[in-house]
Amino acid sequence: MLAQVTTWWTILRICLEERLVYRGDFALGTLMRFLPIVTQVFLWAAVFEAARTTTIAGYSEPQMIAYYLLTMVSRAFSSMPSLAGGIARQIRSGELKKFLIQPIDMLGFLLLSRIAHKLVYYVVAAGPFALVFYIARGYFNGWPDATTLAAFALSLVLSFLLGFFLEATIGMLGFWFLEVSSLLFVYMLFSFFFSGHMFPIDILPGIWRTLVQVLPLQYLTYFPAAVFLGKIQGPELAWGLATQAGWVVAFIIASRVTFLAGVRRYSAYGG
Amino acid sequence: MPENFEPIPVTGGPSYLKVFLTFARNSLVRDMTFRSNFIIDAVTSIAWMAINLAFYVLVYRYTPAIGMPEPGLGDPGWGKYQFFVFIATTTIINSVVQAFFMPNAEEFSELIRTGGLDFALLKPIDTQFLISLQKIEWSALANFVFGSGLLAYSLWNLDYVPSLAQVLLYPVYIACGIAILYSLTIAMAAVAVWLGRNQSLYDFWFYLTNFSRYPMEIYSGTVGTPLRHVFTFLVPVLVVVNVPARLMAKPFEAQNWPLVLFALVATLASLLASRWLFQRAMISYRSASS
Repeated sequence: MLAQVTTWWTILRICLEERLVYRGDFALGTLMRFLPIVTQVFLWAAVFEAARTTTIAGYSEPQMIAYYLLTMVSRAFSSMPSLAGGIARQIRSGELKKFLIQPIDMLGFLLLSRIAHKLVYYVVAAGPFALVFYIARGYFNGWPDATTLAAFALSLVLSFLLGFFLEATIGMLGFWFLEVSSLLFVYMLFSFFFSGHMFPIDILPGIWRTLVQVLPLQYLTYFPAAVFLGKIQGPELAWGLATQAGWVVAFIIASRVTFLAGVRRYSAYGG
Repeated sequence: MPENFEPIPVTGGPSYLKVFLTFARNSLVRDMTFRSNFIIDAVTSIAWMAINLAFYVLVYRYTPAIGMPEPGLGDPGWGKYQFFVFIATTTIINSVVQAFFMPNAEEFSELIRTGGLDFALLKPIDTQFLISLQKIEWSALANFVFGSGLLAYSLWNLDYVPSLAQVLLYPVYIACGIAILYSLTIAMAAVAVWLGRNQSLYDFWFYLTNFSRYPMEIYSGTVGTPLRHVFTFLVPVLVVVNVPARLMAKPFEAQNWPLVLFALVATLASLLASRWLFQRAMISYRSASS
């Protein structure tokens, strides 16, 4: 037992050190990632002006900007760059073999490595994020109450897990398809539109709104932001968190099942 | 050298047109070899534009326009179909840049990294020409078709007909927009040579051109107006789409003729400035070793 804990700790430390090498990159890149929000600020200002209304789909102009800023936070948790692509690449190149031979679980290793990456990212990005949010504090109505904050924190952790296991499952498709990058691109497009990254999904009409409710994508970006803004309260909030957790469990299972099925298939080819 | 060695005189340079056609043909052959990839790339670029369009369809359910109209100046504002003309113009311009110049920009960073730029420099042809046009991504032109279709559809739905002058000037200013963006890629290539790294430069391209995807009127106020001036007069990305889009989408009375004239100046200045930058970069180039 102790040996296993020591192993995991070593893995985490190695990944942390690897990531820290690139910390200079992160700081500047983080600030630049906020630039598209600048254009969104101007765009929505022009929209609200011409619409001559104070709210659009329940969002006031400051709330709309606050929403976009908050999606940067939820995406800092749920976005998994190169996860699916990395898994597919490792399958294709045969690097996967090292996981099959050594007594290290691939998914566990990837999860720890991703946690390490995220931790370093948060440490380095905290400065730029704090700066931007301080400058933009006028768009917010102060801090929400303790319950909302706790729910927000929980939804962020869940969005990280959901993002990880969802993209890991997509990566596992590399066992069956040689070229996963096109599939990934389709997923990215869908995700961009339906996760709340591009706009708060409240502005979707009727049937599209219903479709999005059924998909897990909204829990990646939209849900934490909406929770913070107090758009989701009471029983609806509890239900939302439960559904989010449900999706996490579903994808933990899905990623494990596809991994085992994929390894069986892979070994069958004498790889 | 042996005593009776007579060097063969090199008369004239390469035919740039022939070289370009060779590049075009080679790239086309390559794209057609990987036909399914070609189709997938074409479909995904159209899908990306369709998603952007869908976003604005959503926005226009809540507002009649983006930015206020000025009836006194004959300006109907950026209503739904005016804005679609704007989007169509963005799509057309970006599809050409994506097809002809972006693949080479990516290739260029690799050339620097691997030292392959040395071989490019050795060739008896203008280096900027070589590194700008060597690789063409034909699938990106799918968006050119999509953008043209959207343009036709939007103009059909507008309740005014652009004058002949506007229609004739449109392709001219599309070309100007393409030229300005091209100059930007060359300037970035030059900076890449100096800095020696390229990834964040590529992001920079996205963030910079992001500003060009919106009507310049939205940049107003204490932060917006200086921003608009910087991106019109210093790095003229706002001129790229705004001038041709406005020419097509808005009536003759609503045109900003000084800006239209300035756009020509900006194009020329951008091309010259970027070429100068590039040549300076080539002089100070230290190879990674090849």
